[in-house]
Amino acid sequence: MPTISRTEVAHLARLARLAVTDSELDVFAGQLDVILTSVARVGEVAAQDIPPTSHAVPLTNVFREDVVRPGLSQQQALAGAPWAEDGRFRVPRILDDPDDRTNMGPERS
Amino acid sequence: MTDLTRRTAAELADAIHSRATTATEATRAHLDRIAAVDGAVHAFLHVDTEGALAAAAAVDAALDAGEPPASPLAGVPLALKDVFTTVDMPTTCGSRILAGWRPPYDATVVRRLRAAGVVILGKTNMDEFAMGSSTENSAYGPTRNPWDTDRIPGGSGGGSAAALAAFEAPLAIGTDTGGSIRQPGSVTGTVGVKPTYGGVSRYGLVAFSSSLDQGGPCARTVLDAALLHEVIGGHDPLDSTSIDAPVPPVVAAARAGASGDLAGVRVGVVTELSGEGYQPGVLRAFEAAVEQLRALGAEVLEVSCPSFDYALPAYYLIAPSECSSNLARFDAMRYGLRVGDDSTRSAEEVMALTREAGFGAEVKRRIMIGTYALSSGYYDAYYGQAQKVRTLITRDFAAAFERVDVLVSPTTPTTAFPIGERTDDPMAMYLADLCTVPSNLAGNAALSVPCGVSEDDGLPVGLQVMSPTLADDRGYRVAAAYEAARVTATGHTVISSVPQLEVAAR
Repeated sequence: MPTISRTEVAHLARLARLAVTDSELDVFAGQLDVILTSVARVGEVAAQDIPPTSHAVPLTNVFREDVVRPGLSQQQALAGAPWAEDGRFRVPRILDDPDDRTNMGPERS
Repeated sequence: MTDLTRRTAAELADAIHSRATTATEATRAHLDRIAAVDGAVHAFLHVDTEGALAAAAAVDAALDAGEPPASPLAGVPLALKDVFTTVDMPTTCGSRILAGWRPPYDATVVRRLRAAGVVILGKTNMDEFAMGSSTENSAYGPTRNPWDTDRIPGGSGGGSAAALAAFEAPLAIGTDTGGSIRQPGSVTGTVGVKPTYGGVSRYGLVAFSSSLDQGGPCARTVLDAALLHEVIGGHDPLDSTSIDAPVPPVVAAARAGASGDLAGVRVGVVTELSGEGYQPGVLRAFEAAVEQLRALGAEVLEVSCPSFDYALPAYYLIAPSECSSNLARFDAMRYGLRVGDDSTRSAEEVMALTREAGFGAEVKRRIMIGTYALSSGYYDAYYGQAQKVRTLITRDFAAAFERVDVLVSPTTPTTAFPIGERTDDPMAMYLADLCTVPSNLAGNAALSVPCGVSEDDGLPVGLQVMSPTLADDRGYRVAAAYEAARVTATGHTVISSVPQLEVAAR
């Protein structure tokens, strides 16, 4: 069924936030095609009247007692941070260059 | 036998609790063994010598003070798969993206082990984020199979299984999403158990596929696995999928089974888990095991589970879909690796560069497959259909368990394959999970117990025993009966045939 192109793999990688290299794209395109063709066999199963199963043991409205228990301290929470500053996570800029206000969407093509 | 590393966990616990030996001596013996052979095996990513000796000393102090043992396994050393969070050891999941990460909390399984006085020796190697069937996907290099160090120890829990087979630990913890406890058990001649989904808490188990992941015990005997199962199992309010019911009586079942009678037990041989693609020596060992069960009084019948033919494709849609969502947490912001943050790049660019550098090829493949299967145009054809297959597989199990008490099959179609053989062929690698994934999709209990070696290559074969949800004890009973009968018939355990490893000069 699926023939997945190099361009489609590049698109998937972008959606999945993976900055894959050109040579990876070549390898992955072939491999993903083989895998997706194989798993597409699930389509052979008649779909009518079969409810989907998302969990082996369905449980709903699972609550635990609403009691206060200690969470992580600020120091613990920041202990693994790649970059912390003033007791906070320091992250790269989340918006594009303020001078270029035409390009502020989350998705870049 | 004086060598403490050759004893079962139950024997070791008896010796420690009766003060014939000490937890410290037992721990030291295993640490020495790790120092001697782990260069060749590479089962461990981290060995916590100090922490293990301190935990052992605490057990000894309590016993010396006349306190009763904290649990039937107090003082016994254990190897922990590096996918459970530990405050005192790194938790890497075999991934570069978590290199050196020190979690700020202990997993529930870890908390229970500590409370039970079990001595954690260190963290074991695994396929990155538990994705793989050979442990070759670890960012820290492969683990080698003690039966033949040119071969894989199975995966993803190859480190835990190899640690047992190399006598580096009598107990280990694994996780089984599609067979990652049972398949390594099979190819290393050890016992591996996937409990009923929800039977062991997932709190602090770094998530790969949340609806399938299940922690469980690994050991060299069925009884040892049962003893460990009762230590780690049971309801945990911190895991919303944890089952609020008592742990099935697995230790009692293992002891009852070992007395060797399976009269009245109905065993179903799954038609679909046999035939083409299975190594002849594996099938022969499996058939001999079924004969053994019959000789023990079991009634053996063939049972067809037609939807099992679709289990592998369904699994390789559901697991990657959940993985693509779960692994989105590795965003380079709060913990773990961050690369490319040069003060000009955006968070999104840094995230993409970090994930590119931090994840290995198999993780990237699965994230992309999951992304594809969950995208709007393909959702119904892939993920939706896979969830329906999941329903059909659950129905097959339900119908089968109307007729039989347990189902059996080979655990995996082949014995341990050579390192490197399947790394460039993901589909060939996925076939290793053919027999194990149905129980992950349905959530029922399943285990692998050694059933001899394959006559074509002399490598161990596993017998898989599948039980209904929350009837984990049935599998233990059958496996223990089989294990005991096999020893009686052959005069030795499967693991006793493992070749001697070369011991490094100290």
